Amino acid sequence: MKSSVSVEVVVLLAGLLFALGIVGVIIRKNIIFMLLSVEIMLNASGLAFVAAGSRWGQPDGQVMFVFILAMAAAEVSIGLALILQIYHQHKSLDIDNLKEMNG
Amino acid sequence: MEIAFYIAGTVAIVATLMVITRHNPVHALLYLNVSLLAHALLFYLLGASFAALLEIIIYAGAIMVLFIFVVMLLNLGKETAEQERKWLKAKVWVGPSLLAGILFAEFLVLVLSSEQSTYSPATVSPREVAVSLFREYLIGVELAAMLLMAAVVGAAHIGRHKRLVLHRFLKEENEREEEKHEEMVL
Repeated sequence: MKSSVSVEVVVLLAGLLFALGIVGVIIRKNIIFMLLSVEIMLNASGLAFVAAGSRWGQPDGQVMFVFILAMAAAEVSIGLALILQIYHQHKSLDIDNLKEMNG
Repeated sequence: MEIAFYIAGTVAIVATLMVITRHNPVHALLYLNVSLLAHALLFYLLGASFAALLEIIIYAGAIMVLFIFVVMLLNLGKETAEQERKWLKAKVWVGPSLLAGILFAEFLVLVLSSEQSTYSPATVSPREVAVSLFREYLIGVELAAMLLMAAVVGAAHIGRHKRLVLHRFLKEENEREEEKHEEMVL
């Protein structure tokens, strides 16, 4: 299996996926969709790391991907617990309802 | 083999687009799963087979199951989809998408203005990754372990249902108010 890819194309793909994640975070009001979009962004950065690692033939890219994975797992577990609490207290997932902190 | 790379990339982009535009949470989750599988294929084609495996096992396997459990617990169904349809209007999404598009266009120009270079990806075996992970990045592994521990404890603490605990004077007052409320209802 020998393929030749241009590193620019991979980085552009990662950038496009990251931009889609940003759009998702901004345009949705439902907090579950915002968390999903954050996952998309984390994945896109992981893709960029793996691409860089494969460009230079070094394992560091994949090591960074493992760290991103651990961070995503931690973030998702905390985020989903917070979502459950928010739903219990406000009976809604609309982020506009969460104005107790007057932010 | 380049064609497989381009197909997987297209699938990832289309699936991600569907994730951020779906109204029903379950549909969005399934599209995200497809996108993650496409990512795994991309990793494999880039010679990172270990990362591809982790992507499928942890992301598509574990994290998505967490999301699906929460969607089931909250019972998000038709009403949520209706609400999302009301929220997701053109005037809401055009502005942010345009701005994100401008940022991406800048990135595109910057990347394309540099010299193009193709290479054939070298396979980085899991053994090399493990050696690097447990030798040079050992402190990172320990920090990740602490992070996961903190996340587990934090999730257990946040997810607990707290009972309302009141001081005894407040409790008496609370009961009186409740009685008054009940009388009014009756």
